[in-house]
Amino acid sequence: MTRTETGVDRITAAFESARGRAALMPYLMAGFPDIETSVRIATAYADAGADLVELGVPFSDPLADGPVIHAAATAALESGATVHNVLEAGTRIAEQLPVVLMVYVNPILARGPERFAAELAERGISGLIVPDLPLEESEPILAACDAHGVALVPLVAPTTPDARLNAIGRTARGFVYTVSVTGTTGERASTSTDPSHLLARVKASTTVPVALGFGISNGVQARAAADAGADGVIVGSRLVRAVAEAVEQGADPAPAAGSVVAELAGALVR
Amino acid sequence: MSAVEHRFGPYGGQYVPETLVPALVELEAAWVAAREDPTYRAELDALLNDYVGRPSPLYLATRLSEEVGHAVYLKREDLNHTGAHKINNALGQTLLAKRMGKTRIIAETGAGSHGVATATACALLGLECIVYMGTEDMRRQAPNVQRMELLGARVAPVDAGSRTLKEAVSATIRDWVSNVGDTHYVIGSCVGPAPFPALVRDLQRIIGDEARAQILEKAGRLPDRVIACVGGGSNAIGTFVPFVGDEAVQLIGTEAAGDGIDSGRHGAPLTVGGRGGVLHGSYSAIMQDEDGQILEAHSISAGLDYPGTGPEHAWLRDTGRATYTGVTDTQALEAFKRLAELEGIIPALESSHAVAWVLGAGRETATSDTIDLICLSGRGDKDLAEALSKLGLA
Repeated sequence: MTRTETGVDRITAAFESARGRAALMPYLMAGFPDIETSVRIATAYADAGADLVELGVPFSDPLADGPVIHAAATAALESGATVHNVLEAGTRIAEQLPVVLMVYVNPILARGPERFAAELAERGISGLIVPDLPLEESEPILAACDAHGVALVPLVAPTTPDARLNAIGRTARGFVYTVSVTGTTGERASTSTDPSHLLARVKASTTVPVALGFGISNGVQARAAADAGADGVIVGSRLVRAVAEAVEQGADPAPAAGSVVAELAGALVR
Repeated sequence: MSAVEHRFGPYGGQYVPETLVPALVELEAAWVAAREDPTYRAELDALLNDYVGRPSPLYLATRLSEEVGHAVYLKREDLNHTGAHKINNALGQTLLAKRMGKTRIIAETGAGSHGVATATACALLGLECIVYMGTEDMRRQAPNVQRMELLGARVAPVDAGSRTLKEAVSATIRDWVSNVGDTHYVIGSCVGPAPFPALVRDLQRIIGDEARAQILEKAGRLPDRVIACVGGGSNAIGTFVPFVGDEAVQLIGTEAAGDGIDSGRHGAPLTVGGRGGVLHGSYSAIMQDEDGQILEAHSISAGLDYPGTGPEHAWLRDTGRATYTGVTDTQALEAFKRLAELEGIIPALESSHAVAWVLGAGRETATSDTIDLICLSGRGDKDLAEALSKLGLA
């Protein structure tokens, strides 16, 4: 298969095809409970109406993650997940959906930014989200991603001031990941503040789409994010919990997680 | 050019979630202003003198010197209020946080010394204090848990991973990400994202500044070797920095070799070399596998049981200015006992790693004219139960 289309192109196309609603980007902890099941869960996401998938690489010390994703990462590592087999799974998932890899910075540095970005491009993985890589440290990784057409997606937070938002917005590739709350990943009963103002600030800072994540766990919250102006909605801990609960009950996690994605997708279509 | 170092050679940086970056910018600006402000300095100096009991003595350990055949001076940080060097940093940062209008203080602790120091500073200044501590460390440092609670702090147990210092730091960073508006993270060592490594070093260099003046007065010359234990490395960096320009003075950092470097069960990232990596917000020497997953450290000493180290130490190592070497659990325990017998001083298990080097490898390379200066970073009361049981005396 020839790939004249870059990762950046593929992400852009996914957001464009979701215009009028918001692109749905469910998160998947690769290797939880095992690699093969992860690939099946991704298929369930695609069948249920996901537009892209955020594929998490399990890391030993996930500082931006709450307890649900932290526990899943620990379990994935214990069950034998490695960067290599996660990237292999990414290749297979990329046959179905554009894949944006979520990985902490140290596994990238361990391989070297150039080798890491080249491997993502070879494997058809479209983008990269690095939760502990702020603008100040991003240059070598951004350069490597740009050279290979991989989108380095920056994160912004409610605490990010406007001047800094503009600097981040200028270097954004693919989309901007807007963290909706001051905190780590995890479900919240209610997202206390209306994200409209934050989303408007972020949109004014960049030309790429703006996705909202952290704390979104049901159709009502996803719909509210879209109504508040989000071009994309990212749901993580809720889905990882669905997988964990299915595993605990001895059930197949793929349909369990798929049905959550179907509910989210339904809420985003008017 | 930043007013506070962000990098030491290639090491350091700010690898943190975006949410924290504005807080680090604010902290750096506050520190630059505070350190130039005579009011802050005067307030901190008064507390260091009257409350902590500084300057701490430099003591010529005569029986230890006789035993090893050369002069050994101990910088008595164990005599500080709360029993370790940690109070120098905790008071400085807590005063800074109060100045910044923060009302809530969080901290991690391994051995409990930093937790106790921070709880103490918060009691003194009337600030809320939460200390994250691994449940394994709560077990082996039980008296310090009780102290923190008595001082009004809440000790938050951390049950993840190896249930020790690394996980406690991670949990504290997660709390900070969630509560960054009103909260300051008093990090306990010269680790973490900039400006922390430089900030903690600046607050701990009082150890080396005092020691350098004291040894010139007592011995009439500079020491040949300055020795300090290194976990994150705050007592070592504070002791070393004033001597860095004295080229004839060797700087020796003793890391935890645990069960032995070859066993893989240790906490000695500087000693074993290897490539750098990011742990807890900075790029430094760390223990990691080929995928960049952080490995678990091991040491009998909770304060050295950490797979990372301060970025400035990694640079001192690479430039050859300081040398880092491992001391095993067994050697540290022997030194713990030996210093008690020879000098009537029970050292912390952390500090015992520095004493052990002088009793062991350092003794073999010394002559009768050698002068050693050890930073005795803390006292060992907290370690009695663990050490006596391991020594077969309990």
